[in-house]
Amino acid sequence: MAILPELVLLTGALAFFGLSLSKEINDVQMNNTAIFLGIVTFICSLVSLSQNTMFFSGCYQVDLFSQFFKLTISLGLVFVLIAGQNLKGIDRSVRPEYYMFLFISCLGLMALVSAVELITLFVSLELSSFALYLMVPMRDDQTGIREQMEAGIKYILFGVLATGFMLFGMSYIFGLTGTTYIKDIIPGLQVASHPAAFFAVVMVLSAFFFKLAIFPLHFWVPDVYEGASNETTCFVATIPKLGAVALLIRFVIMVPGDTQVLIYLMMVLAICSMFYGNLIALVQTDVKRMLGYSGIAHAGFILLGLLTMNASGYATAMYYITGYVFMNIACYTVLYNVSVNGENLSITDLNGLHKRQPMLAFLLAIGLFALAGIPPMVGFMGEFLLLAGALKQGYLILVILAAINAGIAIYYYLCVVKAAFTADAGDRADVEINTITKFGSVVLVLIIIFMGAFPSKIIAFADTAVKTIM
Amino acid sequence: MDALLNVNEGFPLLSFLIFFPLAGAVVLFFYSEEKFARLWTLLITTLEAIFSIPLLIGFDSGTAKYQFAEAHAWVPQWNINYILGVDGISILLVMLSTLIMPFCVLASWKYIKKRVTQFMFCLLIMQVSMVGLFVALDFILFWVFWEFMLIPMYLLIAVWGGPRKDYASIKFFLYTMAGSVFLLVAILALYVKNGSFFIPDMMWQNYSTTFQVLVFLAFFLAFAIKVPMFPLHTWLPAAHVEAPTAGSVILASVLLKMGTYGMLRFCIPITPDATFMLAPFILWLSIAGIIYGGFTALAQSDMKKLIAYSSVGHMGFVTLGIFVLNTRGIEGSIIQMINHGVTTGALFLCVGMIYERTHSRELSVAQGCGKVMPWYATFLGLFCLSSFGFPGTNSFIGEFMILAGTFEYSTGLALAAIPGAVLAAAYMLRMLQKLLYGTENNPDQSHLKDLSIREITVLAPFALFVFWIGLGPQPFVDLIHTSVANLLDQLHNWQQVQGVAQVLLQ
Repeated sequence: MAILPELVLLTGALAFFGLSLSKEINDVQMNNTAIFLGIVTFICSLVSLSQNTMFFSGCYQVDLFSQFFKLTISLGLVFVLIAGQNLKGIDRSVRPEYYMFLFISCLGLMALVSAVELITLFVSLELSSFALYLMVPMRDDQTGIREQMEAGIKYILFGVLATGFMLFGMSYIFGLTGTTYIKDIIPGLQVASHPAAFFAVVMVLSAFFFKLAIFPLHFWVPDVYEGASNETTCFVATIPKLGAVALLIRFVIMVPGDTQVLIYLMMVLAICSMFYGNLIALVQTDVKRMLGYSGIAHAGFILLGLLTMNASGYATAMYYITGYVFMNIACYTVLYNVSVNGENLSITDLNGLHKRQPMLAFLLAIGLFALAGIPPMVGFMGEFLLLAGALKQGYLILVILAAINAGIAIYYYLCVVKAAFTADAGDRADVEINTITKFGSVVLVLIIIFMGAFPSKIIAFADTAVKTIM
Repeated sequence: MDALLNVNEGFPLLSFLIFFPLAGAVVLFFYSEEKFARLWTLLITTLEAIFSIPLLIGFDSGTAKYQFAEAHAWVPQWNINYILGVDGISILLVMLSTLIMPFCVLASWKYIKKRVTQFMFCLLIMQVSMVGLFVALDFILFWVFWEFMLIPMYLLIAVWGGPRKDYASIKFFLYTMAGSVFLLVAILALYVKNGSFFIPDMMWQNYSTTFQVLVFLAFFLAFAIKVPMFPLHTWLPAAHVEAPTAGSVILASVLLKMGTYGMLRFCIPITPDATFMLAPFILWLSIAGIIYGGFTALAQSDMKKLIAYSSVGHMGFVTLGIFVLNTRGIEGSIIQMINHGVTTGALFLCVGMIYERTHSRELSVAQGCGKVMPWYATFLGLFCLSSFGFPGTNSFIGEFMILAGTFEYSTGLALAAIPGAVLAAAYMLRMLQKLLYGTENNPDQSHLKDLSIREITVLAPFALFVFWIGLGPQPFVDLIHTSVANLLDQLHNWQQVQGVAQVLLQ
């Protein structure tokens, strides 16, 4: 019962494996099956929300913290599936496999947020990552320059490097404490309280900084986003970040002794990420690259919540990343549907969208204004609470720099909105969307607005969730 | 919460005024036929104006407390609440923003030809944030409306604007945004000190002088950009020139007042020491704005630009009145905010009407139109007279009170402001003369039609207010008097307490 969502995902992945063996595949049926399975996963996560048990001799914990993330992961999955219906950017021959890997990757992420033992954690992370590494090169090769291969190789090489860091750190942790169970590691490290302990935790953190695309470990982002198909980017850019934040919270809590050094480190990383991401996003013409750089800046914002080192800061980070996932999926839904054959879009390709498909234009505007932090959308509330939390800890300079960044970011989001609402469509064709996409768009808009306007319940929930692991 | 009167008693009128247009806007989502959109928006804005009248009737001008108060928890973990209320400082501005909207809709009746439904949608959303901003008593709520207002205004300029709409709209958005990021930091800093976002809780607290100065500067930057004060005004002419008529009217009549409202509501009571310290600089900046706005307006050949620069001058008078920190000055500046809303709004409507006929805003194109458009000439003449403060019109009262307050504060300062009044007469009369009379060889204007009934209906109420405030300003002053007196009492008490503290320390 408690691992029902994981089981559904596993069944789904196996079903798609079976389907990949058959020759005749109905695209629409497969797509609807995937969405259905996604919704079932979401319902199962909802059902198992209040479960609290342990599996596999204490390696796998189901508690409020893990269930919070499973809920958001599964809801995100539903919207990712709705966004990328029929997989027009994926090579025809591997579409069932694509769904299989997508479900496996989600399964890995769900296992990741539940893992409370280092080896389990490592296996889960790799399960989700390797599935992703494979999904990137599955793009249909339309341009003939095989950019998806380049993206795939870059992704895997950087990813493996990050994993290497993490394993290195984990080996130190094991050496210092003699255990791989997180619940024993925390007191063990406190006793050790050695520069090595600090070093070990930072090494592990760096793997998740990589996933979240924090400044010095962000190099994969623009190329992978650009090289992967729109539907893959929609997934890569959103749901794995939930896992990354969950694990960052788990490990930041672990830091032994004087946390001041780590706080300074995260501060520097946050500022660098924000300035780097925002300033480079200003000059992008490819929408996916732009969103990639904006993602780096948003990752910097998330660190603001983590470096407060208290429950309310972590809860805000959880709230913010959840909102971020939906805002981004909203934008990618638009990109995927506007793109005719799954090609990349430049900002000018969105020209006159308000005429070509008003609903998508509205969704895009809501998504982008939310990312820009305009009230009453979720991006605003998240940003604001993160700033408030950081200022409460007395980091005035950091808050001022972050606020300046919030100002810079407006410009490039606005340019996209401008293209969609004021530019002339020219001879660009109208965009047709099906009923499921319409329904999904409305729900996304409602989620983005209501999460922003009524944040108290979600934050309270995140707060209780994060306290279960502290 | 002592500052609130009768919390949550009776009908939640303020919430209703905020969300009623929003509900109207949602309807346009589902039924977006253009004719319907026009009529529907007119209906909604008219009803909104009618529903706001009980506010005026029920308003008790004998108390400085916040009335029609509503308070509900919003994000209890962070002590963010949904608190609304009006007092003497905000009541007139709320009324202005509800009453002006039906005329904006009417003025756009024929002017807006493309994407009518979306335009009306933006107007309704605009209305939501304008009313919300003036009645919000929680800083976060205020901030939400303050920022949210940017989206509809941006779209009004960017979609329905003139040839350089891209430049103007982005400049408007970025300027305002740049100012407000520090406002957010200041709000957070105040929250960290007080643990609450309730605005009256933040007032008259013992903050250190450095803290006050920093907060004041953050506030001032945001509000000065909005007003706009010289030298932060450069977005205004661009935005005004490119915006459609209704956009210009809203911008001039209501949006600019958000800045001065902010100065009155936040700068003075939250950071009194910094206000005393920095007021002289701001006063001279206001003078610079008055003179600069006047001279620049004198040189314009584009009517909208001319009025836009005249706004810089007029708003200079308003900030002058606020920071002389005496009853006459502040009351005058509130009255002048309303006057500017009425007069400049009406002038922009007049320019819009001539633009609909000639498709140009150049003075030379419409030269000598007074001969064929007598009704138009009458109204334009009246509003021009009002704009430079001709006795008997509304601006005379406002400027007179401000100048009287300034004389009380410092003669030199008042003398420096006088040329502004003369300049105003010069540029307004110049525009009037060129537009209505022209020279001997005017272009043939016989094709121009005089105002229609719709257009006269739009302008007549503005003319009514020009005379009403001009000849009988007492009811307006009565509404605001108690709140202003209370503000100044507290300010003087504060000064005395600080003075005593100084003496004791020595």
